[in-house]
Parts: sequence; structure tokens; C-alpha cells
Amino acid sequence: MTDAPASAAAPRRIAVPQKLLAFASLIVLLVFFSVASPNFLQTSNILAILQATAVNGVLAIGVTMIIITGGIDLSIGTLMTFCAVTAGVILTFWGLPLPLGVLGAIGMGAFCGLVSGTLVSRMNIPPFIATLGMMLILKGLSLVVSGTKPIYFNDTPSYPEIAQGSLIGDLIPAVPVPNAVLILFLLAALMGWVLNRTVLGRYCFAIGSNEEAVRLSGVDTRWWKTAIYVLGGAICGVAGLIISSRLNSAQPALGLGYELDAIAAVVIGGTSLAGGRGSILGTVIGALIMAVLLNGLRILSVAQEWQTVVTGLIIIAAVYLDMFRRGKAAG
Amino acid sequence: MTAPLAHPEIVRMEAIDKRFPGVHALRSVSFDLRAGEVHALMGENGAGKSTLMKCLSGVYTPDGGRILVAGQEASLPNPKAAQDLGIGIIHQELALMKDLTVAQNIWIGREPRQSFGRVDEGKLNADAAALFAQMNVSMNPTAPVEGLTIARQQMVEIAKALSHRSRVLIMDEPTAALNDAEIAELFAIIRGLKAEGVGIVYISHKMDEIRRISDRVTVMRDGGYVGTVEAATTPIETIIAMMVGRALTDETPEIPDLEHAETALEVRGIRRGKELRDVSFSLRKGEILGFAGLMGAGRTEVARAIFGADPRDAGEIIVHGRHVKIASPGDAVRAGIGYLSEDRKHFGLALGMDVRANVAMASLTRYADRLGRIDEGKLGEIAKDYIATLRIRTPSDRQEVRLLSGGNQQKVVIAKWLLRDCDILIFDEPTRGIDVGAKAEIYRLLQDLAAQGKAIIVISSELPEVLRLSHRIAVMCEGRLTGFLPGGAATTQEEIMHLATLRPTLAEAHA
Repeated sequence: MTDAPASAAAPRRIAVPQKLLAFASLIVLLVFFSVASPNFLQTSNILAILQATAVNGVLAIGVTMIIITGGIDLSIGTLMTFCAVTAGVILTFWGLPLPLGVLGAIGMGAFCGLVSGTLVSRMNIPPFIATLGMMLILKGLSLVVSGTKPIYFNDTPSYPEIAQGSLIGDLIPAVPVPNAVLILFLLAALMGWVLNRTVLGRYCFAIGSNEEAVRLSGVDTRWWKTAIYVLGGAICGVAGLIISSRLNSAQPALGLGYELDAIAAVVIGGTSLAGGRGSILGTVIGALIMAVLLNGLRILSVAQEWQTVVTGLIIIAAVYLDMFRRGKAAG
Repeated sequence: MTAPLAHPEIVRMEAIDKRFPGVHALRSVSFDLRAGEVHALMGENGAGKSTLMKCLSGVYTPDGGRILVAGQEASLPNPKAAQDLGIGIIHQELALMKDLTVAQNIWIGREPRQSFGRVDEGKLNADAAALFAQMNVSMNPTAPVEGLTIARQQMVEIAKALSHRSRVLIMDEPTAALNDAEIAELFAIIRGLKAEGVGIVYISHKMDEIRRISDRVTVMRDGGYVGTVEAATTPIETIIAMMVGRALTDETPEIPDLEHAETALEVRGIRRGKELRDVSFSLRKGEILGFAGLMGAGRTEVARAIFGADPRDAGEIIVHGRHVKIASPGDAVRAGIGYLSEDRKHFGLALGMDVRANVAMASLTRYADRLGRIDEGKLGEIAKDYIATLRIRTPSDRQEVRLLSGGNQQKVVIAKWLLRDCDILIFDEPTRGIDVGAKAEIYRLLQDLAAQGKAIIVISSELPEVLRLSHRIAVMCEGRLTGFLPGGAATTQEEIMHLATLRPTLAEAHA
């Protein structure tokens, strides 16, 4: 306790984890909408919310790790599309079997992550700029490769099953959870484990906390940072599979804007854009909050324009609350 | 800015009390400052010096007691109120905008205006120049702050404080990053301010400075007031005893016989540009080799070059008789070399992470299985072991290291390298920012490590520290090794200073 006055110089903190705060907000929203509309708490509507969370949630999980290292990836939306287009090329143009399409999409994601990661960690280009460039490159490439037209998966009849089928529903017919949602939660569990239990996860936090100290500890930070972008890219591949499976087509013009929704979910979930702090659980809750909000407002017949306004307000409120909680608010 | 003669006492703080959640940071502390005096405020880290001064400068509002400025009871709800009463503070971490010029920094927020909101740059620069003239410092007001040394930046901060017509100037460890020449210049400025009747509160750990510059010394310990003494007539030992609550004996090291000890590290002909010119030396197991020299002599550069943190133009590194290729810190660590930077917070620790994670930082892959899964249980045990053996004062291994004191943070970095099996340890300013009591403990720890056969390099700007710790002393000047001296009582500070100022031409003449 003799050292305490030094630490007491830090402003007062209220010991509420952001995860709890986000979780409480989610509960409040759920209660509010169920009271406001009897249609909200229907099984079909809950499934619709989960379904709507899937793509954004998966992208957000991928970018969470990158943000924890203190980086950012703006290319995740168009990379998702490019991965979907890659699957389309492999399955529809080349007529190869489904597993190759799946591997191809994820592999392309990982490869593009490798490019971003190399730009950021070896060539020292600021992540914002490097991935802004990648965002545009991939948007363009998606249009070029697809000939600006959607690629339909007509030759692969089982393709829609990836997202829309229900492995759980096959086993327990009462719970027809679509595979997209299953993938989201499995991936969340896996990445939560990676982040909290493995060396890779530990280095995510350490690099975000103090990259130079990690480097001077003899850790090859460039390698690990690249690896984290590769993993993030591979996860974009998964998102690409989900979205194209749901649309039964790869839509090359889609993708722009998804990165910002994903980053919003990450931020609402309490991950700090400054790096060093964050969680997968928070991110999933953040993505759920966004989906619940949009769904609820739609059920209450709020115009779509206003739904967007509310989402913006929520993001600002979430970050402000987080700062307030950590005692960094102005005043 | 004349001395308010009617009130020679310009500040009086009576029975100041401040609590933070769970901590009683200040317990009825009293302090007073007279016009034209330098009043040193001393105490170990965490004694409450900075908290007390934050109360005086309006950063914190005390929970109890009162503050009188020039005899009037003052309320200081915010830093602006303190500024308006003529109380200026120069923080340890300088807060200047690097991309603005000197003058722009001084007048930030108070720029002289012309019509249409244009800034009157001419007046801005002229006013700044006038301030520096008053301080007797030559400084170009239009120079960007970015290119200034820390010492020059500090002068800008002082000018900024003066621009507020400050009658009270609080300086928090102003010499922490200055070399001797710069300290002399700072002291000249302080004496000038004294003559003008400015009262100065001087927070420092350095005893010799206190004797040189201050009139009175107030000592704090554990948030309480210990006493106020005259600087000129009070022995340093008395002040130290007041600070730590016990007397510290001054020891010189017993120098072990290392004649037959194995050579752990040999460095041959390291060069990099003008910073390092042909540096060669060897280090035996169990030896503590001190590196002395003035700021900028190239000591830290030697360490970083050996450690692979910076590239080098030439030079061989031989560890335990084997040539090793060191191109990155990773290579150095694999060769068993650990580097403890002078700037722990930026280069040594992930402050927001806990003790356990920091101890494991360099060895993580060793405690992970093939999937990369970390064995947390094992790491927890290891961290607890080091907490016990190095006596790291922390509530648990899950405590964030930013909440530990400087001395305990340093021990966490030491634990990190010990866990990584580093047997060559380079300590760069091992006790910077560490209070007197903890210093002795770090010294003992270094001596124990050497006794266990670790080869240790200690870089220090404090000559008493070099003399106290080193078995052998290497002295550098302008990127060259200018000589070796024996450690302990055989060497005087003057001999070190002679080598530390040995210019190249002289060195060549001696060679």
C-alpha cells in the first residue's frame, strides 16, 4: 500500500467491465422491444435477428484481434466480397467441387490478410492507409474478376446450405438455428479461446499495449502482426461464404460499408481502438445490439433512415460510456 | 514581477488532507514557500510530493486543510485558477506541441490577435523573445519545438510559466533527463528567478542537486509530513534518514577475483556512424562492468547495438566463445542477452498487462503447447516464485504493472530476463525514477545476480552509483571507449570525469 498514492493519481474508476455494460444494454433493448411489440419475442424473429447478426458478427470477430493490436482493417468488407467472388470463380466458372470453393475463399482471405499484414508490419505503412488501399484494390478486383456481374452458384445446389441449412435443426427439429448462426458462435468460441488462452492472443494484447517493449523482449512482432492479419483475412473468407451462400450468389458490388458496421460492433463491445483492450464476447454482444436495434426499430415501423441515425447515436454513446467508466471523460 | 515584500511567505499550505478511493494520499501535510527561495520537496516515490503539488496547482482539490496565497485564503478548483494566482507548474513529462514553434507553444490559447482573428505572429515572437531575454537564455522563438533537446524544451516550459506572471514555480524532477552542462544552465535560470522574487518548489531525488540549489528542504513520507530543514546545514544522511525512516549505510562493492572467470561476452569493433566508433570490450561471468560517461557519450547506443535493437555498421559479438549473429532483439535473446532499458515504461513493460504476463513476455512460446495454448497455471507459479525471490511488492501476480512503483516495475523486468535464462544482462540506468530505499535493494539484487555468475553491464549517469556497483568501469566519450578503471574505492569521480571528457584528439595523443 506504500505505493498507492502514485496509483491514486489515476482518476476514479467505476469497476464495471464494458462487457457487462454492453450485456446490460442488450438486455434493456430486448426487454424494451418485447414490451413495445408482441411480435418481437417470436422465435422466428429471434432467429431473424441472429441470422442478421451472422455476417457482421463474423467480420467483427476477425477485426477485433487486429484492433486489439492497435491496428485497423478497413478492407474487411470488400475482402469478404472478393472471397465470395473467389468461391464463385472456383465453383461456377471452373466447376470444381464444393470443398475446394470453401478452401479457396478462406485461402484467398488469408492471402489478402498476408498482403495487408506485410504492408503494415514489414513496410511500416500505417494500417489505416494500407487497408484503405486494400479496400479499394479488392473492390476493383471483385468487379474485374466477376465481369461486374453477380456469379450464381447454380452448379452447386448444396451451396445455400452453408448458411441457410440447419445442422442443429436436423438433430433437434424444435431449434432450427441456421448454420450461419452456428458458424458465428463456433467461431466466436474458437477465437475467444485463441485470444485468451494462446500465445497469439497474448501477443495481440501485448503489442497493442506496448509494441516496442514486446519487440525488445525478443519477440518477432512483425511476424505475429502479420499472422494476426492473416487470421483476420481468413475470417473474412468465412464471412464471404456465409453472405454468398445466403444470397446464393457472389455480388461483386456488395461489401463497402460492411467494414464500418463491423468496427462499430467491435467498439460497442468495448474494444479500445487505441489497442491493448477488448474481447470477442464483447464484440459478439456489440453485433447483437446492432442487429436487435435495427430489427426492433423496424418492427416498431421506424423509418429506415432513422434506424441509421439511431445506430450512429448508439456508437457515440457506447464509446462515451466506456470513457466515462474509465474516468477519461472531459471535465 | 517584484517580490511582494509585505508577504515574504507567498504560499502556505496548512493541514492538507487528500483521499482517493482506498488510499489516504495526504495526511495533514503542511508546507510553506517564501518569495525568492528554492524549497526542495523530497520523499520516496509515492510519498505524496506530486499529489501535494497537484493540490497547489489546482489539479486536485484537497479534502481538508487550507491554502493561502500571499496571505489570502485561496480556492483552487482548477489549474486555471492556480495560474491566475501566479502558480505555475512544470511537469516531469513535458507537455509541448512538437509541431508548433517555441513562441506558439508559449502563447497557446492566448495568441495576440489582429483583425479577422488573425494571429499577430510578430508580437507573438517578440513577446517570447522578451521572456527568454529575461531568463538570460538565447532561444529562437520561431524554431519548431520538435528539434529541441529536452533541456531546451524545459526552458520553453519555464518561459511559458513566466508568461503567466508566475510568482510560484513548481518544478517536478526538472533534471531527470539533463546532462551536467544543461543542469548548470538550468540552475543559472533558477538563480535568476530567485533574484526576481519567484518562489520555487523543487522536487528531486538527487541529493547533490538539493545541496547546490535549494534553501530549505521539506521531506515527506507515506503521505505525511516529516520535517523541514535548512539545506546548507543539514547532512545528506539526515535527509535520507528522514526520507526512508532509517539510516542507509554507504557500501562499496567487494570486488571478486575474476582473473580465472570465463569470458561471457566479447565485443569487437562495434561501429555505427558517428555514434559508435570502434567499441571493444569483454565481460566475464560474475562481473559487473559499469559504463560511465556524459549524456550522449554512446553508452545506450552500445547497449542497443549489442542487443540488436539498432543496426550497426560493423562489429563482432562473441558470446561464451562463440561468434553470434545479432540482427534483432530476438537474436540477442536467443544468445542469452537481456536488455533493461532506462525507459521501462516505453521499452520494458506492457503497463496495462499484469505482472504474470510481463514476466512471461520473453518466454511465452516455451510455456505453450503445440496449439499455442498458454499454460497459465505454470506461469502463475513462476510469477509467484519471482515475486517471492525478488521481493516484488504487489498484491498478486494479476496486478497490472502500471500500478507498481518504479523499483517493483524494474524487478518485473529483471524477472522477465531471468525466466528467459539470460545470463548476460545489460542494465541501462537501473535506478532511474526509483526512490532511495528501493535503490539499495536493486543494488543488492544486481550484486546477488553477479555472485550467481551472471555477467552484468550497468550503464549509469550517476557516478556514485557506478562507483558503488561496478567491479570495473568503462568510460565513454563521444562514441569511443576512452578507458577502463577499477571499481570500488580505488577510483575517484574525478578520474572518471577526466576520461568522460577526453576528446578524440586527446585520446589519440594518449594512445
